[in-house]
Parts: sequence; structure tokens; C-alpha cells
Amino acid sequence: MKKLMNFAIGMAILVFIWQAVIWIGDYQEALLPSPLSVGNAIIDLIVDGIIFVHLQVSLGRFAAGYLMAAIPAILLGMFLGRSPKIWQLIDPIVQVLRPVAPVAWSPFIVLWFGIGNMPAIAIIFIAAFFPVLLSTVAGVKKINPSYLKIAENLEIRNWELMYKFIFPAAFPAVVSGLRLALGTAWIFLVAGEMIGAQSGLGFLIVDSRNTLNLDYVLAGIIFIGVCGFLLDRLISLLERWVGKQYGITA
Amino acid sequence: MLKIAIPMMEVINVDKSFGSGEKQVKVLSQATFHVKKGEIVTLFGKSGCGKSTLLNILGGFEKADKGSIRHNGEPVLKPTKTCVMLFQQINLLPWRSVLKNVELGLEGEKLKPKEKWARVMDALKLVGLENSLDKFPHELSGGMQQRVAIARALAIQPDVILMDEPFAALDSFNRYNLQQELLRIQKKKNTTIVLVTHDIDEAVYLSDRVIIMSSHPGRIQKEITITQMKPRSRTHADFQYFRRKILDEFQLSTELIAPEYNI
Ligand SMILES: Nc1ncnc2c1ncn2[C@@H]1O[C@H](COP(=O)(O)OP(=O)(O)O)[C@@H](O)[C@H]1O
Ligand SMILES: [Mg+2]
Repeated sequence: MKKLMNFAIGMAILVFIWQAVIWIGDYQEALLPSPLSVGNAIIDLIVDGIIFVHLQVSLGRFAAGYLMAAIPAILLGMFLGRSPKIWQLIDPIVQVLRPVAPVAWSPFIVLWFGIGNMPAIAIIFIAAFFPVLLSTVAGVKKINPSYLKIAENLEIRNWELMYKFIFPAAFPAVVSGLRLALGTAWIFLVAGEMIGAQSGLGFLIVDSRNTLNLDYVLAGIIFIGVCGFLLDRLISLLERWVGKQYGITA
Repeated sequence: MLKIAIPMMEVINVDKSFGSGEKQVKVLSQATFHVKKGEIVTLFGKSGCGKSTLLNILGGFEKADKGSIRHNGEPVLKPTKTCVMLFQQINLLPWRSVLKNVELGLEGEKLKPKEKWARVMDALKLVGLENSLDKFPHELSGGMQQRVAIARALAIQPDVILMDEPFAALDSFNRYNLQQELLRIQKKKNTTIVLVTHDIDEAVYLSDRVIIMSSHPGRIQKEITITQMKPRSRTHADFQYFRRKILDEFQLSTELIAPEYNI
């Protein structure tokens, strides 16, 4: 409840500063829309339901790209974390690819995947893949050797070892990677949807700019921010719930 | 036909060093001992004398540089379920409940579910945890955690249980309690146990034989058979007699070894 209170006060301060900037600087609506007109735009978008269409499309693409990245990254990370020799070869490749902003790939992405849903999904995939892979590998490498000794003693090997020991032991690291990737991927969602998409939150922003509706641009930005925030809350709830199943976090 | 009794576990002339080159340290030298079925044998010595290393070699977790380790006459090459180890620190998987931790050792076995359940419950009853099946390790005291680990070992029904200072982290009440329980269970199941400890009372209280180790490098200095009847009273004169006998061994050993350091 207190958190909610703080959240509301923080938002109120932000809106106040925003309005104050307009009053002091005497900016025109076409340069910086006022909180009131953005509020109206938000209400418009909600009332005629347009925002939900875009939101649904964006979340669908996001889920597709994110899951397509996260699941293989976890599996690959568990394997690579257990094979230090192979990881030594792969690690430099990953280190070179990782700092490249996913959008930099967009010329190829358009060339290979055309337009529509795929570019956004591909960019989300690139954004989510590396954080999950790297933290899974790190988590697997850091597993307490005592657990592995128990497995050795009980003759638990291969696939069984992976899902009974390696995955749960590396789980906290995996989740922190998933969370990091969620944030990064959500940031790049908009970028992805600016490449040749005809729907989604990113498209809403590009389209509103083209028609010079800056209040709708800001409304879109607010929706993106709020959704990103809610997604992060959601994954931290999931983190706590799964943690409890595993008896990791009390 | 003449039947020669092979000891359950045999360690013959084991040497072990850690590190290499200048930094190489010899941890074990010429370690030889055996364990018979149904015995409780204790490896006793100061911290750092190589007890854990020797136990790890016995369980197949470490390789000896020289010498051989045999289990029922067969060489020990890697850890197996026939020889279950209770480690010094971590024995339980924190993401598994008590029940699941005990079941862990039986999951790979081709047992009927009913039989599996019976074995798990039997083991849990022996350690008095049949009512804590759904608890997680972090909800248990240190003593209860060790009970779960003992239950898992018992459920597997191994030939030998190896224990590395299993009660060292417990307060003395819990420790006495678990030592007593261990003897009761061992008697009932005729379990063979090799135990590492640096607690002299624990050694005298539990052991049929105490194997005394000297340090740097770890050698087997002496074997003492404890003939006092079990269960043993810690205040009985016999108990004090064996306690003193072991202590004497140590004072003697430091006097004998000390000159070597002065060269
Ligand atoms: N993996 C290892 N690498 C290097 N030195 C080790 C290793 N394990 C044990 N030692 C050394 O071997 C000696 C004996 O250790 P340990 O068997 O654990 O003794 P204890 O169990 O009797 O206290 C110690 O000096 C320790 O530092
Ligand atoms: Mg030790």
C-alpha cells in the first residue's frame, strides 16, 4: 500500500514538473503536448479500444520473440556451462555479438524476414537471447561442487543430472538473466516495430508522429513504460513463486 | 572348502599428494586399514591430517596416487551407491522437500512404487522424521538436516555409509542425541560405518575401532579396539580409560615427531 502511495506521489511530481516546464518555457502543443492533452489521448485510445489492439499485437510478438530466445538460451547455457572447453571457444563469439544493438541487424532482418511480425520478433529474440545465455552459463559454472558430488555418489548422470541438479541449482541465476532479458527485450520492442510493422505500440508511435499527433506519441510512450513496469512486476512474482516451490527463497 | 573372509573395505598403502612441483604437499603416506561388515570404524586425528582426503579416496571421490582401495575385493574406481557419503557440509538439495531428498537415491532404481515408499518411510521413521515429509531443508535445524541425510543413506541400503564429521556443526545436546540414535539404527540394520571425527568423545562413544592418524603427512599411527560394551556410558571408567589411551597416543606422537622439524 505504501509502495502504491509512493508511486502515485512520484507520478504526480512528474506531471507537475512537466506542466511547469510548459508554463515556464511557454512551449506550444506542437512541440511538447500538455499533460491534459496527453491524458485526453490516453482516454481516447482506451475508449475506442485502439490501444488494446496494438497492445495485444505487441505483447504477442514480445512473447513469441522472448520465449523463442529464452528456452534455447537456457538449454544451451546449461550445456555450455557444463562443457568449459567448448565454452572457451564460444565465449569470444558471444562477447563480440553481444554489444551489437539488435537494431543494427535490421537491414538483414528486413532482407531475410520481410515486413510484418517477423522483424520485431527477430529483434526481441536478439535482445533477449544473450542475457539469458550468459547468466545461465555463469550460474551453471558457479554451482556448488557439493551438489555434484552428491549426484556422483547417487549415480545420477546426463539428462537426469541436468533437470534434478543443474537446473534447480542454477535457477536463481537463470531467473536474474530472464529478468534482465525481459527489460532489454521490451526496450527493443518499439525499435522492432518501427521496422515495417503496421501495428503494435511501436507502430502507434511512428504513425502518430507521421500524422503530427504528438499527444498520441506521448500516450504511446506512457503505455510502453507502464507495460514494461508491469511485466517486471509479473516476472518478480513468478520468481518468488517458483523460488518457493524450490525452497530457495523463504 | 576353505572360505577366506574378505574385509568389506580395504585400503592398502595409499599415498596422496596435492599440488605439483615445489608446492606439492604430501597429505597421506602409506595409509592401510580395513573395515569389516557391521563395524563402526573411526578415522581420528587433528584437523588437516588428511581424514577427509582418506575418506574421499575410500568413497572413490578422489584418486590415490599409489596403493589400492577395495570394496568386497573389487577395486574402487568411482563413487557408487553401494558406498554412500555424508559430507561435512552440504548433503541436502535445498529445492527438494524432506521426502524428495530421501527419495533421491531411489529414483533410478527399478523398484515398485510401493516398495520404494516403504523403504523411504522406513528410513524416515528410523530417524524420527516421518511427520516432516513436506518441510524444506531451510525449515529444519542442523540436527534434523543431518537426520534427513542419514535417512537418505539408509533408504539406499548401501554396503557402507561414510560420514565426514557428521555432527560437528551441532550443539552438544543434539550431538549426543544423534550419536545415540546412530548407534540404535546401526544396531538394528547392522550398517557398516566409516566415520571421520576430531572429537575424541565421539570416537570412543561410537567406534568398534579407532584408527588414529598423525599429521604431515597423514599416516596411520595406531588402531585401538574399543572393547567397552555398547551403549556406552560417557562417565564410566572404561570410557575414560579409552579416552586417555587415545589422548596419550597424541602426546606421545607430538613428542616423537617434534625433533624432525628441528633439523
Ligand atoms: N583439493 C585439495 N587441494 C589441495 N590441498 C588439499 C585439497 N584437499 C585437502 N587439501 C589439504 O590436505 C590436507 C588434509 O586435508 P583434509 O583431508 O581435509 O584434512 P582433515 O579432514 O583431516 O581436516 C590439508 O592440509 C588440506 O589443506
Ligand atoms: Mg575434514
